[in-house]
Amino acid sequence: MKIAIPVDEKTLESSVCASFGRTPYFLIYDTETKDSVFIDNSAAASTGGAGIKAAQTMVDNKANALLTPRCGQNAADVIKSADIKIFKTTSASVKDNIAAYIDGKLPLLDEIHAGFHGHGGN
Amino acid sequence: MKIAVLSGKGGTGKTLVSVNLAAAAKTSTYIDCDVEEPNGHLFLKPKGIQEEEISVKIPKVNNELCNGCRKCVDFCKFNALAYIKNKLIVFDDVCHSCGGCILVCPEKALIEKEKVIGKVQKGVSGEVTVWTGILNTGEATGIPIIKKLLDVNNPQVDRLTFIDCPPGSACIVMESIKDADYCVLVAEPTLFGVHNLNMVYELVKLFNSSFGVVLNKCLEEENPAEKFCLEKNIKILGWIPFDNELGTLNSNAEIAVNKNEKYRELFSSLLDTVTKEVQHETIINS
Repeated sequence: MKIAIPVDEKTLESSVCASFGRTPYFLIYDTETKDSVFIDNSAAASTGGAGIKAAQTMVDNKANALLTPRCGQNAADVIKSADIKIFKTTSASVKDNIAAYIDGKLPLLDEIHAGFHGHGGN
Repeated sequence: MKIAVLSGKGGTGKTLVSVNLAAAAKTSTYIDCDVEEPNGHLFLKPKGIQEEEISVKIPKVNNELCNGCRKCVDFCKFNALAYIKNKLIVFDDVCHSCGGCILVCPEKALIEKEKVIGKVQKGVSGEVTVWTGILNTGEATGIPIIKKLLDVNNPQVDRLTFIDCPPGSACIVMESIKDADYCVLVAEPTLFGVHNLNMVYELVKLFNSSFGVVLNKCLEEENPAEKFCLEKNIKILGWIPFDNELGTLNSNAEIAVNKNEKYRELFSSLLDTVTKEVQHETIINS
């Protein structure tokens, strides 16, 4: 099972990034092998549609679950079409969230914001 | 003669200046290019409205022809396309209608479809022809609407035409001023006002436009925007006082020129200055 988390730094000690679409890096963590892979988020500097591009990266890296504090509508549409579940992070620590996910303690993210760029969410 | 009225931010007085100049000119055309929040019609109250919907072309995918090469996904600078589970998804709201994805698709799996993004309205207010562009909420760009507004008014070159621009200095403002004969920059007497004036000042210089500044909301005290104009040797076209009476008329959606002789004189004199400037610039540049 591969889980993806937007992170501020390329380390397991990092905090979870507040933004999904414009996070600098993603951590792809394999819960079976315990392998951590950090990837650059090529969507971070996008003119627009960062959430869509970041979500495409999640899909291409074959993540099974996304752990994030928030997620916009367009990104959620992409992620859900790929049958990736979105969980809401409950603390700032990446490690704590991985542990909470493994223990089945993370809630599903049910609040999808409308987006920040003219989709009614301004 | 096309005169664009612009400012670096909203609420500076673009519409105040535009509608009052149009009213002072009597026979004229007023074009509201502030398509995200057009408000000139509130003052001019045009009658006999005729409407036309404005569409753009966006891609539509034929998934049977799509081979998943993702050339379109990689091409789109706005990330309006995603390829998920062997299926291309198009985000209509994010698409800027550049048509690039259709060009790069080697399988011809993308075709164009029409999408309505807003409308233009034409009406009459006394001797002023009023055009209003209206962009639907959430659409990516109002440029197609502005293009339509300015294209249909292109033949009337002799008629005094006032283009009420969107605030700021982004693409939609560039589209609004690019064929104007003259730009009127409206500025507030604050440091923030100077910052915003500088934005549009740099823009009109970049466009090699002829331009001058109207100082709005003027008080007795020092005016940083005026100081800026003097330092940069920018033509000051007129001063509008920070005045309770004018503010009241304006907030009641009245055109000051039609209600008060003092303001009729002020805006007629401003119009006179602007038209002389335009003629002067035309002679220099011809």
